[in-house]
Amino acid sequence: MSTTSSTNGTKAATPAKPSKAAGAATWADERLGLAKTNKLMPLRKVFPDHWSFMLGEIALWSFVILLLTGVFLTLWFKPSMGEVTYQGSYSQLRGIPMSEAYASTLNISFDVRAGLLMRQMHHWAAMLFIAAMLVHLMRTFVTGAFRKPRELNWVIGGLLLLLGILEGFAGYSLPDDLLSGTGLRIADGLVKATPVLGSYMSFFMFGGEFPGDVIIPRLYIAHVLLIPGLLLALIGAHMLLLVYHKHTQWPGPGRTEDNVVGEPLLPIYTAKAGGFFFMVFGVVALMGGLMTINPVWRFGPYNPAEVTAGSQPDWYMGIAEGLLRIMPGWETHIFGITLSWNVFLPGQIGPIAIFALVLAYPFLEQWITGDKREHHLLQRPRNAPTRTAFLAAMVSLYALLWAAGGNDILATTFHQNLNHITYFMRVAIFVVPVIVFMVAKRWCISLQRHDNETLLHGYESGVIMRSPDGEYTERHLPVSPERAYRLTARDRDQIYAGANGTDANGVPAPNERVDRLRATLSRAWFSDNVQKPTREELEEGHHHTEDELEHEHALGLDQPADGHQYDGRHDVAGDDLTHKH
Amino acid sequence: MTDEHGGHALDTVEDEPIANPGLPEHLPRPTDVDEAAEKRAERQVATLFGLSALFAVLFCVAYFALDIGDNPDVFLGMGASTVALGGCIGLCMLSLGAGLIQWSRKLMSDHEIVEMRHPAGSSEEERAEAVAAFQQGVEDSGIARRPLLRNSLLGALGALGLPAIVALRDLGPLPGDKLAHTVWKAGMRVVQDVDGAKIRPSDMQVGQLVNAEPEVFFEKNSDGEPMYEGVELQQAKAKAAVIVVRMDPDDIKPWKGRENWGVDGILCFSKICTHVGCPISLWEQQTHHLLCPCHQSTFDLADNGKVIFGPAGRHLPQLPLMVDSEGYLVAREGFTEPVGPSYWERG
Repeated sequence: MSTTSSTNGTKAATPAKPSKAAGAATWADERLGLAKTNKLMPLRKVFPDHWSFMLGEIALWSFVILLLTGVFLTLWFKPSMGEVTYQGSYSQLRGIPMSEAYASTLNISFDVRAGLLMRQMHHWAAMLFIAAMLVHLMRTFVTGAFRKPRELNWVIGGLLLLLGILEGFAGYSLPDDLLSGTGLRIADGLVKATPVLGSYMSFFMFGGEFPGDVIIPRLYIAHVLLIPGLLLALIGAHMLLLVYHKHTQWPGPGRTEDNVVGEPLLPIYTAKAGGFFFMVFGVVALMGGLMTINPVWRFGPYNPAEVTAGSQPDWYMGIAEGLLRIMPGWETHIFGITLSWNVFLPGQIGPIAIFALVLAYPFLEQWITGDKREHHLLQRPRNAPTRTAFLAAMVSLYALLWAAGGNDILATTFHQNLNHITYFMRVAIFVVPVIVFMVAKRWCISLQRHDNETLLHGYESGVIMRSPDGEYTERHLPVSPERAYRLTARDRDQIYAGANGTDANGVPAPNERVDRLRATLSRAWFSDNVQKPTREELEEGHHHTEDELEHEHALGLDQPADGHQYDGRHDVAGDDLTHKH
Repeated sequence: MTDEHGGHALDTVEDEPIANPGLPEHLPRPTDVDEAAEKRAERQVATLFGLSALFAVLFCVAYFALDIGDNPDVFLGMGASTVALGGCIGLCMLSLGAGLIQWSRKLMSDHEIVEMRHPAGSSEEERAEAVAAFQQGVEDSGIARRPLLRNSLLGALGALGLPAIVALRDLGPLPGDKLAHTVWKAGMRVVQDVDGAKIRPSDMQVGQLVNAEPEVFFEKNSDGEPMYEGVELQQAKAKAAVIVVRMDPDDIKPWKGRENWGVDGILCFSKICTHVGCPISLWEQQTHHLLCPCHQSTFDLADNGKVIFGPAGRHLPQLPLMVDSEGYLVAREGFTEPVGPSYWERG
């Protein structure tokens, strides 16, 4: 350690006599064995640092803000569909019959100080919660952080996202305004489309015919107790596993599969993460104070005979909405029953399939690659081209479906034909992801190739040399050892070759066809990837570079410039460009 | 070289091309070596904490100083209370967070620590110990030796599921044929949905659309109570809401049996979309198309409410109309098919 670090107090203070705090700690330890937990969850536990590790933290802190603002709202909200006549401050709705839920939401918005702020913070935090989870999921995906031993934590994360979306839907249905009622009406339509049980499920959900008078209290208890309880439990499990597995880290000098390098929980991450909680809270509070969201007073109370044009759900329901909108109107009427493919497929099968794929992904990839090793070092997206391309394709699909969920808004905003937009989307969701996949995969492979060029021939210095006979070349300079190590700190891909069909006696191996499929998939997965150079290739490359430099020297081009002094900002008059030494 | 390289090296694991250079040396920050920089950082952090406390106090001031309710203070067209409270608590939190993070970055020790990882799985001995404990427990219980007990226990546990499901039976009534019927019946007047005003054919222009409801929603029973109110009204309305449109009779191409369902080009259709049940009312006079604002299913009302675009699978149900003895529009009969979204037993 350097002797200069004298001012930031690396030495622990040693009090002359036991302080009061120490006394309290001893008191608690004698009863709870607190000090033992330092073994399970050390106060100085090391966390690695990278900006992308902060995304999940945004989700966590948004959830805490949701709990805090949510508790505030429950103090005034009345989850009842009993009819009252509004008599509050908002004059445009005074004297109008409405549900108590809607009236109390208006009351929170207009007659409770800080009520509107809390409502808007709650809604913004919910949007942020789901957005942060989604981005965190993509980060985890694209860096391979879901690989063994973290597959189950990935599954927990997927369930958190699903529950978060359900929680959000339940939440914005509660005010019982025209928009939220329309959302419930659509949910009712989705439920009714269930084969065999549809109408029964609808009647059980709404306590009779839609809209009934029990759905708000039922959604309320789901929204404030059931789902948050599950979310809390799963977040706890997610965190415990994070602590147990220790955080993944980027490879680099001194950072290996066997260690974790970073700064300690106490005090660095306590301060950083704690400070970050306040930052997220501050941003959400500013949003809640300055940016209107879900102005329910403008929509009026729910009336099943009314709807407003341009009705939009919260953003995270966008892809379900898009699926529902672009689905062709297929319905089968046969044997006295109705099968509404037009609702059942996009409304139930589609979302379930998407979530099943998300949850199963780590296991699918592991099966294809045959990689059963533990991984604690992250992969750069380019070094897993097929996976990265798959994510890019999924992102493009998500974006298309999301846009399709606002096809009417697109039509009116850009003065396009609504029908054409819809027809386009019906085709695009199948074509665009394939194109995006191919482009992204090639892009990754080109980047891998570029990394190898950098390793073997150095980086492009930007210095253009002219030889005496007029030939122009760009000087390549070797990268630093640290950078070179980072570029090579990745595994070589190994294609699963299969069990070779038959055993020694010529008997076909069991599940031969499956095994062949697996080998084919594995080849498709890896075979175009560019592997890092071997030691020999690297040495050869360096010899080549040295030869080049000697060649330049022989031509009288051996000036040691890295070129940066010729950027026009320095006085180079009188510089002797050649034969400096 | 890269392409052929990609091919041959896949299955061989060579030495790493470059050895791990090890952790880089720790470099001191300005605050580690320069006392002035350190003092400056300390002042910055303290200032941020001070600002935080100041905004917390300002929040309280704004809470009491600014009016809400009937006569709210307004700032830039927004409620001043919400803006001020949000601004104060936001800046309070941001300063506090910024102070903590600045402290951790500038003044707390930034020496990196190395912690070793261990495999997630247990060691062989631990596993053997756990398995042995489990097997001992199973052995002691005798569950393997007494299949009768094991099976009857599984049966009893399975049976527990029944009360759990049955107890939820009263979540709602059975649907019966409720979804197939609306309150409409022969002779019931079609009235404006806002005020219950009766409609004469002559009240409507060609191209006009009127949002309508059955008159029973506006009627009172013998006790002077509304026939439908509260939940019942909402439930009945969710199926019985209709739209009345007047078109040029020459444009209308009624299906067989529907020739007399209109009055002078006035037709009545269910307002509830056959897709997932949104009320439909975006009316294009010129084309006779009715567009659902939720998912854009489009129905041609001149052609029996046929679906011409979008995700809906069925035409919009039509309510047969006629004129009663007083000259008002009434239903000739109720809907001849279920309205609203599809369901399994709909047929």
